[in-house]
Amino acid sequence: MSTLTAVSRNAEGFLDRVEDWDRDLAAQIGVESGIPTLTKRHWLVIDYMRDCYLRTRAAPTIRTLGKESGVEIKELYALFPKGPAKLAAKIGGIPKPTGCI
Amino acid sequence: MTLAFTNLTGTSATVAEPPALTKVSIIVSKGSLEGIYPALIMANGARMEGIDANLFFTFFGMDAIHKERHAGIKVATVGNPGLHLATWLGGVPGMSALVTKQMMKSMEKLDIPPIPEFLEMIADSGGHLYACKASVEMFDLTMDDFIPQVESVITVGEFYQMAAGGQIIFT
Repeated sequence: MSTLTAVSRNAEGFLDRVEDWDRDLAAQIGVESGIPTLTKRHWLVIDYMRDCYLRTRAAPTIRTLGKESGVEIKELYALFPKGPAKLAAKIGGIPKPTGCI
Repeated sequence: MTLAFTNLTGTSATVAEPPALTKVSIIVSKGSLEGIYPALIMANGARMEGIDANLFFTFFGMDAIHKERHAGIKVATVGNPGLHLATWLGGVPGMSALVTKQMMKSMEKLDIPPIPEFLEMIADSGGHLYACKASVEMFDLTMDDFIPQVESVITVGEFYQMAAGGQIIFT
């Protein structure tokens, strides 16, 4: 099992290397971010974010996330109260989204 | 957390880092496209960071939450030097619609939603929408004139109460 202390992360806790990520790490970042258990619904968003980033090299906007991840905006905020795009990116091991939208 | 820095006299000092912002209350007072969007972008951006957001619509800003008007918000093409259009040209019939159409196209490319969808998004993300009581009375409106996302019509006093502990932004 991978541990968080073994991987390199930036000051905000985002992984420095996308390829270091695995599902064990995701669960640990989740706990650290105040989400003790990642449910199927969380994973739907996290997997979508990561796939989207690996495909396009950019994180999706919250609008796209709400339309295409399979989880609507209201539920996104219920699942990730401290900011869905930012948190799902962190847990998914991709860089912090840079857009304003 | 603390921040260390060296001041002008060459001695080093330590100051406490200001606490993170937890709430913004944004007043929308203008009814043009360029008057409304910045407030919506800031409110949505606050929610994206986990910051509470209140939107308070007053005067012509109420057009943004007016059922019959909010889908037809236009860029002001007269008296708007930022557009770099001759004043007489800005006043040509249809100019406002044309410039609005262009701008909406650029925004769609950036995944910025049209105003009705944007307001829905902000409400769904936990942002709160209110109308100003004085303006509502002045323009002879009721809650029925507003989109369902508007929670209530509130007084200035109630707005300040709700803004307590956060920052107020006037647009």
